[in-house]
Amino acid sequence: MSTLLSLKNLTKRFGGLVAVDHVSFDVETGSIVGLIGPNGAGKTTVFNLITGNYRPDEGEVVFEDRPIKNLPTHKIVSLGISRTFQTIRLFQKLSAIENVLAGCHCRMKAGSLAGMFRPPAQRREERQALETALQELQFVGLQDYAEQLAENLSYGNQRLLEIARALATQPRFIILDEPAGGMNNQETAALIETIRKIRDRGITVLLIEHDMSLVMEACEHLVVIENGAKIAEGTPQAIQNDPKVIEAYLGTDEE
Amino acid sequence: MKNKHIVIYVAFGVLLLFSPAFLNAYWVDVLNNVGLYTILALSLNIILGHAGLFHMGHAAFYALGAYTTAIINTTYHIPILWLLPVSGLVAGLAALVVARPIIHLRGDYLLIVTIGLVEIIRIALVNNVFGITGGSNGIFGISRPVLFGWKINKPWEFFYLIWGFAAVTIFLFDRLEKSRFGRALNYLREDDVAAEGSGINTAHYKLIAFVIGAFWAGMVGNIFAAKMTIIAPESFNFWESVVLFMIVLLGGRGSIRGVILGSFLVLGLPEIFRQFATARMLVFGAFMVVMMIFRTEGILPPLPRKYPIAKVLGREGSV
Repeated sequence: MSTLLSLKNLTKRFGGLVAVDHVSFDVETGSIVGLIGPNGAGKTTVFNLITGNYRPDEGEVVFEDRPIKNLPTHKIVSLGISRTFQTIRLFQKLSAIENVLAGCHCRMKAGSLAGMFRPPAQRREERQALETALQELQFVGLQDYAEQLAENLSYGNQRLLEIARALATQPRFIILDEPAGGMNNQETAALIETIRKIRDRGITVLLIEHDMSLVMEACEHLVVIENGAKIAEGTPQAIQNDPKVIEAYLGTDEE
Repeated sequence: MKNKHIVIYVAFGVLLLFSPAFLNAYWVDVLNNVGLYTILALSLNIILGHAGLFHMGHAAFYALGAYTTAIINTTYHIPILWLLPVSGLVAGLAALVVARPIIHLRGDYLLIVTIGLVEIIRIALVNNVFGITGGSNGIFGISRPVLFGWKINKPWEFFYLIWGFAAVTIFLFDRLEKSRFGRALNYLREDDVAAEGSGINTAHYKLIAFVIGAFWAGMVGNIFAAKMTIIAPESFNFWESVVLFMIVLLGGRGSIRGVILGSFLVLGLPEIFRQFATARMLVFGAFMVVMMIFRTEGILPPLPRKYPIAKVLGREGSV
């Protein structure tokens, strides 16, 4: 197995607050990795550092042997890293299919002039993008909602739509920020299946999740952070029995 | 439902096409103004409607196009219509230079800067920069356009030039908004963090939206200069920008048919109610307030784009 993504001493400060404190870990190609920790531990900040939404103060993000920390987000997406958001960020007033087509954008070429004059290459590309988008909708099981506005979908379906949009960018690495947030048990079970299917397509998965049943069932490797620093790393079984992790989640006896 | 729409569009088009036959010169000229504003508002619609950028300085690009044509035509006597792309290019390049540093501003901050922009251009024109703009008197003696040997002179001749240009604009912009480019603008309007996170270079698209909008405004400036034969800074004041902004908001942001209707209402209604000249702005203001409360999307909001989903699925199913 090779390393797909590696974080090296990643640090981010917001004024006096150290949100991410010298965090290092590697993500192996083809794995499903979970990033867990109490609320406010800095998990989403780590994601934002990987995807270029924030610039790290120290450290480096290396994706496929290439440092990416200074690249703009859209460039990082086109390199093959795609994400979903903790608070759903769909294009609410647009249809489901158009939301997924947004993901296809970075694999397309037609500019404004091609849009106006529609040469054959542009038509072919539009057709292909539509096919890709429909396939991704089908993949997450939303094919029947293609023409519904995103805002009219249920909460769980909106999460799935975000995943479809992320997959439409044809990533090699996908980052899911609380994908099961707001889902019921049944939907979560289906989500675990979807996550495994994503991995089976050869896409490495990194996810943040508070639903421990999902984390323990889906993830093969866990990284635990607290107060911005990594406190443990290992298999789900090892993490469950790690005293430092138990302390972080439950507190110590004296408290 | 769809057929009903098409009948209305065709009826409107035919009525417009033959209107110079039964309208007098004054009303044809009113329609010419409506046409110019339609094209201007459509170009602003790319920026304000599709990309959601609050740009209230569109008259600046319009002015640049008109002055480019006026200056080159009166000094070097180059035919007007040859200057059409030149005017567009000058306005587009100006947009590229001006918009680049301000493109990251959001909402009302951008609004203020663009208002500043149109004032800077107007004041520069009034002060006769480089001695070429003619100061507050403007430039006169601009020649008439000649199309395939036909000199365009009378209102009805301009009518066909302007509305022909409007038809081409509508055709191209309709395609543009249904393309990858048009979608990208809508994504960044809805949520630019999510757009960037989906792989869209949002800064680039905002900039190109400005350039295309300005390019078209510059071309309208060219036709305007030829129609008036005299241009002065007062034709391009802040109020013109406000009117264009109003047309897009009133008609429907991102909606071509809405913008066309908006132009007819904003420019046509004051002409019809000319005898109430003193009260018309009051009525107009009241109307705007009512609109903003009860129909925030505009009178004719954009229809959702259609995709041949069934066709694609059918083909996949048969394989």
